[in-house]
Formats: sequence, C-alpha cells, structure tokens
Amino acid sequence: MIGLQHYLVVSAMLFVLSIAGIMLNRRNLILMLMCIELMLLAVNFNFVAFSRHLGDDTGQVFVFFILTVAAAEAAIGLAILVTLFRNRRTIDVREMNEMKG
Amino acid sequence: MTLLGLLCVVLVADLFVDDEHRNVTYWLSMASLAITMWVLFSTAPMERTVLFSGAYVSDALSQAMKIAVVGFVAVAFVYARDYLRANDLHKGEYYVLGMFGLLGMMIMISANSMLSMYLGLETLALSQYALVAFDRNNANSSEAAMKYFVLGAIASGALLYGISWVYGVTGTLEFSTMAANIAANPDMNGLSLWFGLAFLIVGIAFKFGAVPFHMWLPDVYEGARSPVTLYIASAPKIAALALLLRILVDGLGDLHAVWADMIMVLAVLSLLVGNVVAIAQTNIKRMLGYSTIAHVGFILLAVFCGTVKGNAAALFYTLTYIVATAGAFGIVILLSRRGYEAERLSDFKGLNARSPWLALMMMFMMLSLAGIPPLVGFFGKLNVIDAVLSSGYTGLAVLMVLASVVGAYYYLRVIWYMYFDAAEDQAVLQASADTRVVLGLNAMAVLGLGLVPGWLWALCTRVLG
Repeated sequence: MIGLQHYLVVSAMLFVLSIAGIMLNRRNLILMLMCIELMLLAVNFNFVAFSRHLGDDTGQVFVFFILTVAAAEAAIGLAILVTLFRNRRTIDVREMNEMKG
Repeated sequence: MTLLGLLCVVLVADLFVDDEHRNVTYWLSMASLAITMWVLFSTAPMERTVLFSGAYVSDALSQAMKIAVVGFVAVAFVYARDYLRANDLHKGEYYVLGMFGLLGMMIMISANSMLSMYLGLETLALSQYALVAFDRNNANSSEAAMKYFVLGAIASGALLYGISWVYGVTGTLEFSTMAANIAANPDMNGLSLWFGLAFLIVGIAFKFGAVPFHMWLPDVYEGARSPVTLYIASAPKIAALALLLRILVDGLGDLHAVWADMIMVLAVLSLLVGNVVAIAQTNIKRMLGYSTIAHVGFILLAVFCGTVKGNAAALFYTLTYIVATAGAFGIVILLSRRGYEAERLSDFKGLNARSPWLALMMMFMMLSLAGIPPLVGFFGKLNVIDAVLSSGYTGLAVLMVLASVVGAYYYLRVIWYMYFDAAEDQAVLQASADTRVVLGLNAMAVLGLGLVPGWLWALCTRVLG
C-alpha cells in the first residue's frame, strides 16, 4: 500500500535533486531554470499529497497558484536570459563573475 | 487595495498613448500614489478586520506599514525621474513595475494566509527581477538580474517547501487558525513542523539578505541602476518585515523557542559579516549593500526577543533605517549624470567644495546610519538594544554595540572624503527643485525624528500591541 510517506519521500528526492542540480551545474543557465521548475513541482507534489491526506482542498488550490506563478517566473527568467546573452554572448555560469567584493 | 490595482490598469493603458511625453506617466503614477495614500488615511480601521474568507487582514499594523510603503515608493520615484531622463531610460516601465511591486508589498503586508503571502511575495519579486534588468544594454545589470532571479527563485522554492510541510502538519494555510490549531494540539509542535519551519526561515532569510543567504544582495545593489537600487533598498524591507512578523509571530508564535535560535544565528552572522566586509568596499552602492546586511542583523535581533517591545523596535528600526538609506541613494543618484554613475567612494571626495548643501545632507544620512546621537538611527539602535537587554541577553547587546562601532568607521570615512579631501571631479551638480525639496524633507525627517522620536516609537508600540 502506498501511503503519505512514500509521496513525501518522492517529493523530498525531487527537491534535493533540484537543489543539487542548481549547486552542481556550473555550465548552463537553462539547466538552472529547469531545476527551478523541478523544485516547484516537488513542492506541488507535497501539497497534493498533504491535501489528499488531510481531505482539505486548499492545498490543491495552492498548487494551481504555484503553477501559474511558475509560468510567470519562467517567462521572466527566460527574458533576463535573453538580455544576458545579448550583452555577454554566453550563458555559461562560470562567466558570471564580473562583480566581486 | 483594489483601488491600487485599478490605478495600475489605468497606468498600463496610458502607456500605449504617449510616446514622448513620459512626464505624463510620472505624474499619473504620483497621482495614483497620492490617491492610494488618501484612501489609506481615510479608511484607517483601527480594529482588526479579516476579509476574503481569511486571506486578507486589515489592522493597525497593516495600515501603518502600507502608508510607509506608499510614501517610500513615491520618494523613490521623485529621486529617479531626473536620472532616468538624463540616461535615456525614462520609460514607463520603471513606474509601472514599481507600482506592481508596491501592489505585491501591500498584499504581503495584509496577508493572513500563506497563499496570499506567497502571491504578494511573487508579485513583488517578479517586478524586482524585471526592474534590475531594466537597463537592457548594460551587461552588469543583466548579470545582477540573473543572479537575483536564480537565488530569489530558490528562496521562493524553499519557502514553499516549508509552507507545504507546515500546511501538512497544521492542516491550514491561515495564520490565525494555524496558531489556534498548534495551541490546541501540542503534539503538532514536533519534528515535522520544525522541519517545515527551517525551510520557511531559509526563505525569509533569503528575502531579507541575512548572512548565509546574502550572496545576491551586494551584486544586485551594484549591478542595478541607482534608481532601481534605491527602490529595492527601501520599501521592500518593510514588506520583508511583514513577511517575518506575519508568519513567525502571527502564525507560528508558539514555536518561538524553536525559531528564535535560528534567527539569532542569522542575525549575529549578518552583524559580523556585513560590518566587516563593508569596510573593504570601494563602491558606495556595494558598501551600502553590505551595510544593509548589518542593519538586517539588528532587525532580526529585535524580532528574536519575541516581545511586543522587540517587534516594535524592529518596525521602528526598519522605518528609520530606510529613511536614511533612501536619502543616501538619492544623493548617489543626484551625483550621477548622463553616462556616468557616481558609485565609487572617491566620487564623494571634496563634495563639500562642490556643493556644501549636498555634503550636509549626505552627512546627516551617514551619521544616522552609523547611529550617532542626535539623528534618528541612534534611537533605532537604542530601542533594539533596550529590547534585547530587557529580554536578558546582555552578551548580544554588547555584540551589537561593538558591531555599531565597527560600522561607524565606513560611514565616517564617506564624511571624511566629502569634507577633507580634494575633489577629483569638477562637473557642475544640478538638481531640479522638487528633488531638492524631497531631499531636504528627507534630511529633516532624519534629524527631526531623532530630536522627537517619541511619537513614532509610541505609534510602533501601539500598532503591534
């Protein structure tokens, strides 16, 4: 029988995977954006599991809002990526070091 | 609130109409802010009202914070206008994004559930990312925006993950129900809830810029154009304080013993790192960024006390610190001119010879940030230290005093440059009349609140009582 714990473990794994993806990935900013999306999906998974477990619908409503915000966030992230590429001609994470101190 | 949304729509519609007459947008934005302010003053409900099936709360605290937020955004717009016009950046976006950010801040301030808090936070954050990247031909701005975006998104993710756990344990998203549920079932106060709480605190610390999570802050302050830095450095700090107070005090107040330790570690690290690293900076925007981190340490320590006095001290500190920071960035903006950003500390050399008035204003701001007695920054620090002492943490109070002494060094260095060094740059400084008036009022506020701090302190205590 698959219970609440199983869902929570999967969601925690997805969350850790997305964090690891952001921390370990030193090359491509697009991969970073994908990891951010994965992180939000992990959270959604958690919300749906808890919502089902508690028999309370507000958690599922929250998921819809997160999906909408994630779309807006991806749009802004890609827009910033485009301006960055036009200015720098690269989206390599290792090149993002003009400002220090 | 609804009114502000309407005004934003009007503003967007207006953008399609005018091409060359950008001042129309400026004056329309100012008019919208003025009307919002008037509505806030005229509706001021002093008793707590919960609306929209528990998602929205209107109380004395939200009213006071909203008035402050609208005021600071208006000040930022006044300082920004001339700079934007001189740098061919006078497009409607600055004002529209600024107002959408304002909408987000007001939602955060009035949030009574995790859902409205999250939506307000994202409205604010998305506007801020776009504002930082606003000068799209500037490589540093784009880089800063990208860093801000990635770290901000991780912060939102952590915050959401924390929210999902807190929701799972307490079974509600609403702050007051959450507090009641935890009080009714002491066994909820266990490991799973603490796990969620830790993620919430990571998210909040990111938004504040407290130390292990401060990496974005100096880069964003430096990379963004000065008017954008001014915007980010001022009003959103009040919204961040609202985020902290609403979630940790209203929602999870029963867990004070658990979150207080985490907050204390963040605050102490912020005080140390912020003050020490600021000394090494040569860029004034970056220096003010690190000084912000140090000030965040004070705000967090005030909330750490968990008393009404501590929370009031946090609100007082935030308000007064923003008044001085807004003025300081206003002067950085005034010193800049077409194609030239006056952001190096050496740009302040000999300012007294070039414009004694500006030097005097800058001296007020710096002395207030350093916490020198007649100015308001001193009373902010005094209130926080007093609150910490009355909760019985003498060691922390001593640390705060020492950190302030270290902090005074880099503020006084700016004053030294202005008064005792020869100017490297002889360009004529000019500022329009309304900017001068607002800057004058800003300095008057720093001085006046310092001379009579009593009423603001009474107000802060009353709205949090």
